[in-house]
Amino acid sequence: MNNPYFDLLMFARGPLFDLALLVFVAGILIRIVEILVLGRKKDFSKAKGKPVQQGIKTIFTRTLPRPGAIKANPITIVGGYVFHIGFFIAFLLFVPHIALIEALTGLSWPGVGRVIIESATVIAVIAGLALLYTRWKDPVRRKLTTWVDYLVLILSLLPLITGYVAVNKLFGDPTFMMALHILSVDILMIVFPFTKLMHAFTFAMARYYNGSIQGRKGAES
Amino acid sequence: MSSSPLLPKMMKAHGVSRRSFLKYCASLTSLMALPPAMAPRIAHALETAPRPSVIWLSFQECTGCTEAITRSSAPSLEELIFDSISLDYHHTLQAASGYAAEQAREEAMKEHHGKYLVIVDGSIPLDEPGFSAIAGISNLDMLKETAEGAAAIVSVGTCAAYGGLPQANPNPTGAVAVSDIIKDKPIINVPGCPPIPMVMTAVLAHYLTFGIPDLDELGRPKAFFAESIHDRCYRRPFYDKGLFAESFDDAGARAGWCLYKLGCKGPTTKSVCATVKWNDSTSFPIEAGHGCLGCTEPDFWDNGGFYKPLSAPAGEYRRMGQAALVAGVAAGIGGGYLAKKNKAKAQADHETVDAFTLEKEESES
Ligand code: SF4
Ligand code: SF4
Repeated sequence: MNNPYFDLLMFARGPLFDLALLVFVAGILIRIVEILVLGRKKDFSKAKGKPVQQGIKTIFTRTLPRPGAIKANPITIVGGYVFHIGFFIAFLLFVPHIALIEALTGLSWPGVGRVIIESATVIAVIAGLALLYTRWKDPVRRKLTTWVDYLVLILSLLPLITGYVAVNKLFGDPTFMMALHILSVDILMIVFPFTKLMHAFTFAMARYYNGSIQGRKGAES
Repeated sequence: MSSSPLLPKMMKAHGVSRRSFLKYCASLTSLMALPPAMAPRIAHALETAPRPSVIWLSFQECTGCTEAITRSSAPSLEELIFDSISLDYHHTLQAASGYAAEQAREEAMKEHHGKYLVIVDGSIPLDEPGFSAIAGISNLDMLKETAEGAAAIVSVGTCAAYGGLPQANPNPTGAVAVSDIIKDKPIINVPGCPPIPMVMTAVLAHYLTFGIPDLDELGRPKAFFAESIHDRCYRRPFYDKGLFAESFDDAGARAGWCLYKLGCKGPTTKSVCATVKWNDSTSFPIEAGHGCLGCTEPDFWDNGGFYKPLSAPAGEYRRMGQAALVAGVAAGIGGGYLAKKNKAKAQADHETVDAFTLEKEESES
């Protein structure tokens, strides 16, 4: 006699996770290495400013919103921050997740308690739903949005929602919900290299590049 | 039904007072999540019920289940409940062996046809009948033959209930559970490796008094397998606070912090270990400093490793990760150069056009 929920959990933790890890790691590396190998045409002109310094500075300064941006698009900017911070608190400070990262990399750090994790999760989900709503409501943004953008946002919210349901045993069999949680993460890992989720790794390169061209021209960024 | 003496007579013989018997019935009642008013009914039923004939079949097992139920705190009332059945066949416990023992089984089957209870511990090998046989009869044949006239079957232990240890990957004997073979009889699964003795006797008491208990989708009595260990664990406040032992003898472990990172399977395991406990309610594994192994769940031997956290991957992730690193870098370099070559080719193929050529082309047309 088998427990189908348990079997699903073992599939999500076992073979499917292995596949997801392969696609995730190899996919990200292919894209980053490709960008680096392709490189940029050498600029023979003499630099008027400090490209390297400006490049590095831009990586950090672009983390803050432009003046006036919050006023123009409050939900997008604030929601974006809240979603990212909440997501990373829930992802990186929940001890079972740290145990997973430790198994993969050997790195480990202390976690925080349930109140912080669950508050961060709930707030991140609300922020994510707000982002989804504004994207859909604003006619301009709606035109600019492809179905992959919606998919990526929903796939990023699913691990938060399923994890919250599984840990709190809100509904469904807890083992089944845990299996769904890990399945949702496996899927997120698989789509990661093929979508805009890649920004998590390429943002630093892109910002550096933008900052350094401006820096070379002698502009501050 | 057997002609053996009823429970009151045996209690007298064992020097057990009626008062402690009633107390036992009350604790059984609460254990089975029945209203307290049921206690006298249970007592009455146990006292007056004729003792059903029981045939206990041991297949591919380690005798741990039999040990657990017979070595519960002696001489206990649990033992008495066990004694209040008429155990007509149990080849580990009975004095007779070989054909004499088989004769006892056949007699009990004939005499109590349709009414006897079959208890099974151990799994059944399907690959080769010779892997496990008793008196020349394969486990499979004996189970089918004995189950045929049974009123119900109790699969005691995870081996009988779900395949257990013998079925662990790569399952060399093709071991299966009782419920994989017998489809036409009520089967009560009492998993555990071994099950808690109190739970085994409580299930027997329930069967004797009220018949088959309410079962969950894995055939387990709901009264004992509805809640997870994690729900009832006394270390749970530490889990909630984010305090986890990192090794079995660090300061956290000594302070009673949660054992999740050391592989505890409490969150996916249903049992009453944390409340009923073991050895006369003395303690249970987590109280002794070891994580739950998940022994009341199917396939618990293959749950990714007893000392691996539940959230950690369970497969070949290390090899996969290394392969991904190498393949990713190699394919990235390859892809990059290919793109570079394409770019160079596009540049080379690019025809330059100047005003003279354009003018010339225009006048020609
Ligand atoms: S369930 Fe465990 S204790 Fe019982 S027979 Fe199987 S291996 Fe032994
Ligand atoms: S020790 Fe195990 S059962 Fe207890 S709280 Fe921790 S994970 Fe849950």
